[in-house]
Amino acid sequence: MDTHALSIENLCKIYKGGHQALVDVSLQVGQGDFFALLGPNGAGKSTAIGIISSLVNKDSGSVEVMGHDLDKDPVKVKEQIGLVPQEFNFNQFEPVGEIVVNQAGFYGIPRKEALARAKKYLTQLDLWGKRDVESRSLSGGMKRRLMIARALVHEPRLLILDEPTAGVDIEIRRSMWDFLREINRKGTTIILTTHYLEEAESLCRNIAIINCGRIVEKSGMSDLLKRMHRQSFVVSSRETIGEVDQLEKYQPEILDSTTLELSLHQDTDMNSMFDDLSRAGIQVVGLRNKQNRLEQMFIEMVTNPESICKAEQETGQ
Amino acid sequence: MQLARYFTAFKTILIKEVLRFSRIWVQTVLPPAITTALYFIIFGKLIGEQIGEMDGYRYIDFIVPGLILMSVISNSYANVVSSFYSSKFQRHIEELLISPVPNAVILAGYVGGGVARGIVVGITVTIVSMFFSDWQIHSYSITFLVFFLTSVLFAMAGFINAIYANSFDDISIIPTFVLTPLTYLGGVFYSISMLSEFWQGVSMINPVFYMINAFRYGLLGTSDISIGFAFVIIIGFIILLTSFSLWLLKKGVGIKS
Repeated sequence: MDTHALSIENLCKIYKGGHQALVDVSLQVGQGDFFALLGPNGAGKSTAIGIISSLVNKDSGSVEVMGHDLDKDPVKVKEQIGLVPQEFNFNQFEPVGEIVVNQAGFYGIPRKEALARAKKYLTQLDLWGKRDVESRSLSGGMKRRLMIARALVHEPRLLILDEPTAGVDIEIRRSMWDFLREINRKGTTIILTTHYLEEAESLCRNIAIINCGRIVEKSGMSDLLKRMHRQSFVVSSRETIGEVDQLEKYQPEILDSTTLELSLHQDTDMNSMFDDLSRAGIQVVGLRNKQNRLEQMFIEMVTNPESICKAEQETGQ
Repeated sequence: MQLARYFTAFKTILIKEVLRFSRIWVQTVLPPAITTALYFIIFGKLIGEQIGEMDGYRYIDFIVPGLILMSVISNSYANVVSSFYSSKFQRHIEELLISPVPNAVILAGYVGGGVARGIVVGITVTIVSMFFSDWQIHSYSITFLVFFLTSVLFAMAGFINAIYANSFDDISIIPTFVLTPLTYLGGVFYSISMLSEFWQGVSMINPVFYMINAFRYGLLGTSDISIGFAFVIIIGFIILLTSFSLWLLKKGVGIKS
């Protein structure tokens, strides 16, 4: 059996001041996986990523990357990882090309090879034309792509992306998705954190949800979505909506005179729903899914009283 | 193989540092040249001619070594403290922390950058001094060794300052309140023999005093102290600060949560 791309066991981190960021976190990510690590702000995602990438000191637990232990062989672990952090963390006054070439140099890649790789990844990410420009003059989307090029220049086997598409317009976001799918298809394991749950649902095969420093869910994306019992739909009617008593089983909510929200159980097919709407005298002219399925489940999980910050209660915070 | 990779990483940091201060040479290399020229005009020419000789040398010749070394000290220190603190402030130190560069290579790269600026500024100031003074080098080996080791020592000190700094104020406090007094009281402008016995004793606990005297010996052949002892002091401080810097990096003080 292949070793995991990432295996963390019983990871704990308490920051100065007593904030317990991670509580006994264990997680495995298989090689070649496209893995989503989700959680609300302050849940512990960035702390976990910081520990894996040697930016944060752990208090206890172990981290293995491609079978190499972080404590015993940090050099090997670092060689396997490429990191795209949440915040821009490059020298704003350095030219784009130099940032990528220097990063290759830090990994011991000779300059000639570093230049070739910088050209390859900057071209793939549409930044080659900006190679001599100071990085501070790039747009937000370009800065994100620069960080991806920099993270790939040493050709890591595990790429960790901490909210890589934050603040990026939809067109660029889609092209970044295509790029990430392609490098994942070629064998790079990817761990992604994002607040765009549509992004995680579209890209990732496996998922873990972290809340208050604890893993509250760990499963395959499709298995998780199958567990969704209900979906909400927003129905637009041609005429003003009147009585909706006949639609009781859909938990109807009138949003305005011609718009209605219905909640559909997974066992109910949509044809039945349309029949019931017709019987209620509602002529449907438009229908949309109210929210992304994963988003709905995510909200349920992180607002579930049983999962909310058990850690906080236990640590008395 | 691994050593070759580390050497590539070292070269990368060093070149990055040299390019950094070269790009802003108007702020980094030019000011010491102008300041030193003013020192030579005012203290060397105008006031110096009234003073006469010191330790058997014209006053302007006597102050040349101290002024050169003062520039080396302040620029080696300033380069590392500002560059490393900026990398913390802008968070691009993370580029190095996530990569497989040993702490010793990170330290050597930054110190190398500081030494490079110290050498460039030192040579610039030396050229300026040639317009005012016609000194001959007494001992090339001692001159270059003191020049280099002093630069290493203060680049290292700048690194430690940057590790602990949490604001831009923190990187100017030590140079203003510690480094400048130590340098000025280290015998740049006077011979220790002019002081009373008490103040001679006080001067002896100032490490910069040993460096300036050793450098003056290398250039002029005169010194208030034993050159061998000066080297022991300089190398001792380098070993101490290197060990401390590596320990700070290992613990992640100031750079890791």
